[in-house]
Amino acid sequence: MSSIISVKNLRKTYGKTIAVDDISFEVAKGEIFGLLGPNGAGKTTTVECLQALRHPDSGDIHVLGLNAVNQGPELRRRIGSQLQESALPDRIKVWEALDLFASVATKAQDWRILLEQWGLAEKRKASFGSLSGGQKQRLFIALSLVNNPEVVFLDEMTTGLDPAARHVAWDLIRAVRDGGATVVLVTHFMDEAENLCDRVAIVDKGKIVALDSPQGLIASHATEVRVIFSTGETNLAWLKKVSGVKTMSQHGKRVVVAGNGPLLALVAAALVEHGIVPADLHSEQPNLEDVFLKMTGHSATE
Amino acid sequence: MSTLFKLTWVEIKLFIREPVTVIFTLALPIIFLFVMGGVFGNTPDADIYRGVGAMDYYMPSYFGLIMMAIGTVALPVHLAGYRERGVLRRFRASSFSVWSVLGSQLLVSFVIAIAGAILVTILGKAVYSPHWPINPGLLIVAFILGTVCFTCFGFFLGAVLPSTRSAQGVGMLLFFIMMILGGAGPPPEVMSTPMQIIGEATPLHWVIYMLQNPYLGFEWHTSASLITVGITVVSAGLAARFFRWE
Repeated sequence: MSSIISVKNLRKTYGKTIAVDDISFEVAKGEIFGLLGPNGAGKTTTVECLQALRHPDSGDIHVLGLNAVNQGPELRRRIGSQLQESALPDRIKVWEALDLFASVATKAQDWRILLEQWGLAEKRKASFGSLSGGQKQRLFIALSLVNNPEVVFLDEMTTGLDPAARHVAWDLIRAVRDGGATVVLVTHFMDEAENLCDRVAIVDKGKIVALDSPQGLIASHATEVRVIFSTGETNLAWLKKVSGVKTMSQHGKRVVVAGNGPLLALVAAALVEHGIVPADLHSEQPNLEDVFLKMTGHSATE
Repeated sequence: MSTLFKLTWVEIKLFIREPVTVIFTLALPIIFLFVMGGVFGNTPDADIYRGVGAMDYYMPSYFGLIMMAIGTVALPVHLAGYRERGVLRRFRASSFSVWSVLGSQLLVSFVIAIAGAILVTILGKAVYSPHWPINPGLLIVAFILGTVCFTCFGFFLGAVLPSTRSAQGVGMLLFFIMMILGGAGPPPEVMSTPMQIIGEATPLHWVIYMLQNPYLGFEWHTSASLITVGITVVSAGLAARFFRWE
């Protein structure tokens, strides 16, 4: 594995607050690497250190073989950056911004193509201040790609995008990766990390608590399957005796049974045996959210 | 290089799209031109206005007034706003150099100052017929020094003032003090001694003397030009010392 980003023992504090507490990881060329965690976990600080926009207190960061501490300007020329908090002048037009940012790049790509790809063609003459949140966000992503970066940092890129635009954005980011770039994605959306990332680092309170592919994380940390159905029957204690069932909870008519093994079939058989045939009986496979809850003890949106 | 000129062109367009700044920087000197011209006309009086006609005195003063409006209000508010809103942060992340960001502002200052000077000249000439600059060569030198001086002064204010609000407050205060006491307001000869002392402590006072002398055909004002250069160097040094992207 040829790593394009290497972070060793990164640490950053703001006064007494420890934002990043000894984080280490590597990202391979051509990967989509995700940093997943709640707000305030230290994800943004981490990627800002990687982009040489902040000085770490200690630790060693190399991106594209460049030291992020003292080779910042050269590093920033070769990466793309979509920041969580930034702005453009309100009265600058969309095309002017793209044209201007393209002029800084040594090997800019045609910004007119980006304009089309990111659904901004109709807005090319609109001023930045008149754009909706989602349009601004798409413009910032387009600006981060205009210099044909070797590594792209996207910090909460789909915040403010509607569901359809999110899926378009995911496809476009995959295309950017297929074009040879490496992508570092900061997100607090489980589905985004699960769908888009090759590997995910779960970050909580300044530390990486787990790091693997989404499937790997799920397989090793969340093995519980849930079987869910509705019934008017209140006495269901016998369900706990079904093989593999670990917990059972009932809220009104909704019943959730959790456990391991071929749970759906066994629970279904037991229900039929007791004359209960719920129409909505289904099972939910574990997902990244379950891993997150298990690893951090809270949900990402808390 | 192409970034510098692209950014300059974008900044000029942004300036024109911001009517408040345009009015403040360009319309205000013109309003004063007509107020002062209406009151004092252009007949020389040996006791005031350095012995020349009021309009002859004010033409180069208003060149300085435009430069001063850029340096105290337009530029600091613009830069502080850029920093406050994260525009500078965005520029830096996309590896804009500090030279292209500040260099474009310097070029924009020149464009505004030249456009303003032409506007003041045309309108003043049409209504009050002041004479043309007697020593245009040295006037151009003074014009360049004055514009660079107030641009650097603007960089300094924009670097140390943390927000748009503070830049507006401090900038307006400096603007009015300099305008009234620094040589673009009432004739210096009628002001009380304390007013004159405060006036002489303002950069505008010296920039106006530096501009007026070649315009009026007086000898080049060496001390005024040296003070202007000094203010430029100190402002630029402080701006470089305190400039922050975020």
